[in-house]
Amino acid sequence: MAPITFLEAIRQAMFEEMAADPRVVLIGEDVGVYGGAFKTSEGLLEKFGWERVIDTPISESAIIGAACGMSYLGLRPIAEMQFIDFIACCFNQLTNFVAKGHYLWNAPAPMVVRGPSGGGVHGGPFHSANPEMYFLHTPGFKIVYPSTPYDAKGLLKASIRDNNPVLFFEHKFLYRRIKEEIPAADYTVPLGKAIVRREGKHLTILSYAAMMHVSLEAAEALAKDGIEAEVIDLRTLMPIDEETILNSVKKTNKCLVVHEDTKTGGIAGEIAAILSEKAFHDLDGPLVRVTSLDTPVPYAPTLEEAFLPNAQKVFTAAKDLARF
Amino acid sequence: MPVTETRVKAAKLSRQQYLDLYYYMRLNREVEATMTRLFRQNKIVGGLYASLGQEAISIGTSYALEKRDWLAPMIRNIGALLVKGVPPRDIFTQHMAKYTSPTKGKDGTSHFGDLENLHIISPISMLGDLIPVMTGVAMAGRYLGQKIVTMTWIGDGGSSTGVFHEGLNLAASQKAALVLILENNQWAYSTPVRRQVPLENLADRAKAYGISSYIVDGNDVVAVYSTAKEAVERARAGDGPILIEAKTFRRQGHAQHDPAEYVPKEQRAYWEKRDPITLYEKFLTEDKLLDAKGKKEIEYRIAALLDKEREFAENSPMPPPELASEGVYCTGPECHNLQPKWERPVDELLPPKSCVKPVWTVAGFGSGTASSGGTAPIHFGDVAAANAEKPSALTKRSGKPAARLAKKPASKKSSRKGGR
Repeated sequence: MAPITFLEAIRQAMFEEMAADPRVVLIGEDVGVYGGAFKTSEGLLEKFGWERVIDTPISESAIIGAACGMSYLGLRPIAEMQFIDFIACCFNQLTNFVAKGHYLWNAPAPMVVRGPSGGGVHGGPFHSANPEMYFLHTPGFKIVYPSTPYDAKGLLKASIRDNNPVLFFEHKFLYRRIKEEIPAADYTVPLGKAIVRREGKHLTILSYAAMMHVSLEAAEALAKDGIEAEVIDLRTLMPIDEETILNSVKKTNKCLVVHEDTKTGGIAGEIAAILSEKAFHDLDGPLVRVTSLDTPVPYAPTLEEAFLPNAQKVFTAAKDLARF
Repeated sequence: MPVTETRVKAAKLSRQQYLDLYYYMRLNREVEATMTRLFRQNKIVGGLYASLGQEAISIGTSYALEKRDWLAPMIRNIGALLVKGVPPRDIFTQHMAKYTSPTKGKDGTSHFGDLENLHIISPISMLGDLIPVMTGVAMAGRYLGQKIVTMTWIGDGGSSTGVFHEGLNLAASQKAALVLILENNQWAYSTPVRRQVPLENLADRAKAYGISSYIVDGNDVVAVYSTAKEAVERARAGDGPILIEAKTFRRQGHAQHDPAEYVPKEQRAYWEKRDPITLYEKFLTEDKLLDAKGKKEIEYRIAALLDKEREFAENSPMPPPELASEGVYCTGPECHNLQPKWERPVDELLPPKSCVKPVWTVAGFGSGTASSGGTAPIHFGDVAAANAEKPSALTKRSGKPAARLAKKPASKKSSRKGGR
C-alpha cells in the first residue's frame, strides 16, 4: 500500500469502523457537508448518510451531551471538536457528566471525543492547545495522543471499540507532515501501551505526539556524541504504561520527559512522582523536563518558536542529564 | 409561527387513571415526608430537597409517558421516578447512602438511573446538562427506529444556563422528540424569577428556537397531564421538541437547611391555599371518583408500603470502604452489555443503502419550517439551489430581516476574508 498521512489514517479509522458497525456515528461542527475543517471526515456523509454523519450548531456542550445520550442507547458516537481548544466549552459536560457516569450509576459512555490539537502551525492562543492534563486529572477518561499514522489509525479504532469515554488528541502539526505505510487489513493498537521507538542505554526520553519526532531527532544528534538515548512514545496518557517506563528507567537510570504541554502540571510532573515512588533507587539523576513555557501559546513565529520545545532544547537538556 | 398554547382540552381519563394520579401524588408527598423525618433523625447523609406543592408537575408529566420512553429527573422530580416504576426504597437508600441503593452509596438524592429497564438517566447537579443528553437519547431512538419520546425538567433558574440554550437549540434543529418541562416555581434558591429573567412567561423562550410551547397551571394535575399528553403525542409524531412551562411555587426552602425567609408571606399564603393535592381531592370528590373510604384505603396502602421500604433502607448497611476505589472504568466485556435495540432494518444504515447523493433536500429533517412559514431545505453542492437561498429570494418570501442583510455590500466582506 502507498504511504498515507496522519490525517488519512484518522479518516480511514472512522470510515472502516462506520462501515463495519452501524452503532458508530459521527457528530460535530461541519463534519458532514464540509467533511471537517481539516477534512478528516471527507466522504463520510456521502457514504453513510445524514443519520450517521451529523452536522451540528456551534454548541460544544450540546455535541458532548447528545453524544453521551446516544451512547446510552447502545450507539458508539464519535464527537469532533473542530479545534481541541473548544473542548473547554464543554468542560462541565465532559468532566461532570460523561466521566463520572460509570463510577456513579454504572453507565459507561462508550464515546470518543477527538479533534486537532497542538501548536507549531501559528494557530495562536486559541487554536494550538494541548488540554490533555485538564482531563487526566478527571477520573473516568482514557486519554490517547498518537504520534504516527499507524498508531493514529489503530488507536482510534481501539478507542471507538472501548467501553469508556476516550479523549483522542490529534496533533495537527502531524496531519499532513508525516506519511507511513500501514497494513491493509483491520488492526488495532491497544490503549495503555507505550512503545520503545529507539533503544538506548544512557538515558530514557519519554514523549508523545509531535514531540516524539523532536525527541527522535535529538536522539540521533546525541548518538553522534556517543549518548544512546532510549526513546519511548507514551501513546496513551491514561492509563499510562508504567511498566514500560519503569523497565526503561531501571535500565538507563536517567529520565527526560519531553512534552508540548506547558510545564507546570504537565504529565512530566506525574511521571516524576511515579518514578520517585517506584524507581527512586534506580535514578542516577533528577527527572528533567523539556516542555513549553508556562504561558499561553503565542502567535508570532519567533515567539512560538521560543515557546515550544525543539530538538536543540532536548539535546542540551539530555547532554546535561547524561553527565550525572 | 409556533404558538404558546395556554388551554389544552382536559384529557378524558379512566377512573383508574384518575386514581393513579392521586395515588402517585400522595405517594410523592409521603415519601418526602418520610425523608423529612429521617433527616431530622440525622439519618439522611446529605441535603434533602423537597417538591412540596409541586407534586402535580412530576406526576402529571411523567404519567403521560409510555414504558419505552425515557426520562431524566431533576432534584424535585422524585414523583416522576415513582411513576416510572422506581420503588421508594431506592429513594430512601440513595438519601441514606446505603450499599443497597442504586448507586451503592456513591451518589445521593435522585442521582441514579436505569438504562436497561426503566429508561431513566441520572441527573447531575449542574443545571441544564440533561437537555442535550436527552436530545441525544431522542436522536439515537430515532436512528434505531424506536418511536420513543424523552422528557426532562428544568427550573426557572436553570433556564438561564448556557447549556439550556445549546441543548434546546440542538433539539430544535434536529426536531428531536424531546418534551422539556420548565417548572417555574418562582425561586432559584433565594432569587425570585423577576430578578432572573425579564419575561412574563418563561414559555416565551421557546420562540427563540422556533418550537411549540405550552403554559399550564402546575398545581392542577389534570391540566398538567392533559398538556403533557398532547406534547408527548406531538413529539412522538415528529413535532418536537416542545417546551411546557408549568407555573407553581416552591413551598419550602431550596433545601432543608433553608427557612426561605426571603419569600413574601402573601405569596406563600396564596400558594398554600392552592395545594395541588387538596385541589385534586376536591375535584375527585365532586366527580364522585373518590370518597372518604377510598381515600383511607389509599392512605393505608401508602403507609404500609413506606413502612416496609423505610425499614429496608434503615436496616441496610453502609457500603464497604473498599468500594470507593472501584468502578471508575468499565473493564471487561461484562461491564457493558448495552446493545442497541434495532427496530428498523440495519442495512438501511450501511453502504450502499446509506449512501446519499451530493445534492439533496431532506424532507422533514433539518429543513423544518422557516419563521416565514416557508420551508428551508438543506442543500449540498447544489449551486443553483444555494443561490436561490440568497437574500433576494429570501426578501421576497419573508421580508424585512433578509432585506437588511442584503443591503450590506458583499464586497466588503469578501475583501476582509481575502486579507486573512
